[in-house]
Amino acid sequence: MKKKALVAALAAACSLATPAWAGQTLDTVLKRGVLHCGVSDGLPGFSYTDASGNYAGIDADFCRAVAAALFGDAKKVKFTPLTAKERFTALQSGEIDVLSRNSTWTISRDVGMGMSFTGVTYYDGQGFLVNKKLGVKSARELDGATVCIQAGTTTEMNLSDYFRTNGMKYTPVTYEKSDESAKALESGRCDVLTSDQSQLYAQRIKLANPDDYVVLPEVISKEPLGPVVRQGDSEWFNVVRWTLFALVAAEEYGITSANVDQMAKTSTNPEVRRLLGLDTDFGKDMKLKKDWAYQIVKQVGNYGEMFERNVGKGSPLKIERGLNAQWNKGGLQYAPPFR
Amino acid sequence: MSSSPSLRPPVVRIDVLRWLRENLFSGPVNTALTLLAIYLLWRFVPPVLDWLFFDATWQGSSRADCHPGGACWIFIGQRFGQFLYGFYPIEQRWRVDLAALSIIVLAAPLFFSRFPQRRRWALGYFLLTPLLVWWLLYGAGILGLATVPTDQWGGLMLTLVIASVGIAGALPLGILLALGRRSQLPAIRIVCITFIEFWRGVPLITVLFMSSVMLPLFLPEQMSIDKLVRALIAVILFEAAYLAEVVRGGLQAIPKGQYEATHALGLSYWQSMGLVILPQALRLVIPGIVNTFIALFKDTSLVIIIGLADFFTAVHRATVDPEWLGFSTEGYVFAAFVYFLFCFGMSRYSIALEKRLARSEKR
Repeated sequence: MKKKALVAALAAACSLATPAWAGQTLDTVLKRGVLHCGVSDGLPGFSYTDASGNYAGIDADFCRAVAAALFGDAKKVKFTPLTAKERFTALQSGEIDVLSRNSTWTISRDVGMGMSFTGVTYYDGQGFLVNKKLGVKSARELDGATVCIQAGTTTEMNLSDYFRTNGMKYTPVTYEKSDESAKALESGRCDVLTSDQSQLYAQRIKLANPDDYVVLPEVISKEPLGPVVRQGDSEWFNVVRWTLFALVAAEEYGITSANVDQMAKTSTNPEVRRLLGLDTDFGKDMKLKKDWAYQIVKQVGNYGEMFERNVGKGSPLKIERGLNAQWNKGGLQYAPPFR
Repeated sequence: MSSSPSLRPPVVRIDVLRWLRENLFSGPVNTALTLLAIYLLWRFVPPVLDWLFFDATWQGSSRADCHPGGACWIFIGQRFGQFLYGFYPIEQRWRVDLAALSIIVLAAPLFFSRFPQRRRWALGYFLLTPLLVWWLLYGAGILGLATVPTDQWGGLMLTLVIASVGIAGALPLGILLALGRRSQLPAIRIVCITFIEFWRGVPLITVLFMSSVMLPLFLPEQMSIDKLVRALIAVILFEAAYLAEVVRGGLQAIPKGQYEATHALGLSYWQSMGLVILPQALRLVIPGIVNTFIALFKDTSLVIIIGLADFFTAVHRATVDPEWLGFSTEGYVFAAFVYFLFCFGMSRYSIALEKRLARSEKR
């Protein structure tokens, strides 16, 4: 009851707060000179703090990309770590300008809560981690298994849906903390651990012998994670959305942080020249500088670099590109044309 | 004087075997329990010690240096700075050290009862040290110290700031509330009772959550009160309500004769409270007050709910660094150790204080 009242109060407050923001975020941010970005309070590969106290991860790097586009300086970001509960309020209240915190894009959030998802930085989905000893090759063979669940917003529901649809039985064991569920899998308390795939790779590192465990290929839910802005401010929405597209497009055209200077000088590909602001100035319409996309790639890298550095080959997580590969390489990352 | 025949005093012999027989093996049940306890200790203590000390890795610089089978304290060493200072800029950390040092050094005279002008020193200490510490930590550009915004504060330093400000703010407020609750004036009494019952009736986590989530929605846009200040106010109000009830217990324990005596002497309300009643009442409830403080110290870790990185959160965040995934046990053991040090220290201090103040009764 209390929860419902709170949600109602929040919703009421949100709907009141929305119109006042129309079209002023971009001016405010440009004037302030610093981007206020909401990130997770600790999620391996997405946003976490390294030994020297800097934020790292895909979500944090995305904020840097937006700052590079806005100010030509990827360092002008103030990170605010947010819990799952306070993230949307922080956005509504204006405490942050953009929320880049592994939030799943769903219709209820997009249309009902006064905010807009600008795109997808990471296509995630719920998966399974099992011991190789079990000899299981597919989630379909998990009938009768004891499943460790890392308590999440929708984890339990997805799991029960999947097993019911496939006519299988399971025994659930729910854990609140990811460390507990990893230990439970290791000690044999359960046969299989389920959580979002990106987190399963992180869980695997915690085990004493990570190589004895494997993430099954099946994904039983869709969890597209993306940056969020307040609804009704299309100017700001465009900046954030096209920052993401610029990252993806740069990878498609083979522009990296290492070769971007050379590409800017020598490339004859019209798409590349337009993206880097050599021929056409798309920045002007977004109140940005002409070289906004160049700055993104130069300072943060393209989408592929961001991925490999934080969660892919260059990181301890070693996640495959999978759905997050470019559209022409079997993935879903697709940027509309720059023309 | 009776004329009973004088008995020899009983022979007191310290005999290990006999002590064992009398205390540990006095019957079949006790013998079984003793053996079980020995078995459990033998089963659990050596592996724990092995893990903590003998098989542990103490030196190295990365995950690769850790031996399997024991704790890897390299992780703690690598993150130690963050555990202590949070994200406080590294080149400014001397300011935190200096603040801590000045709190301790300036407080030293208070512990010597012979120090001249001790009372004045105490007054000055409690009024000026907070300002000094605030200036050192926050800077605000005064006298050339750069501002360090509170969102960069963190770690043990933040825990201590919240705990000490909470204690320093809640104690006076709590005493006033306790006096108010026993006041003869109905308006004051009702206000105090409402305040106390309201804040005691809600969990701290809700108060913090409200201060962080609901408050911004009611304030004008773009106007934001510092998160730390919000948390501090919430903690002070919350703990004051608890302390008020502790102090009220002490006030009720003072015999009625004491109150009547102050009236007879013609003391005003504040004189009688300040000079006669409160000194006795507070001494009685030292255990209760310290209990509240210890609870407060541990409750500070709840500020994680509003995104402040206190000591516990700093430890927790370090465990999600992909470089150090899987070392959370070390992190939490270390956190437990640090919390224990502080809480145990507080409880020892309170016992010492009680003994010192109880000397007057022994006279």
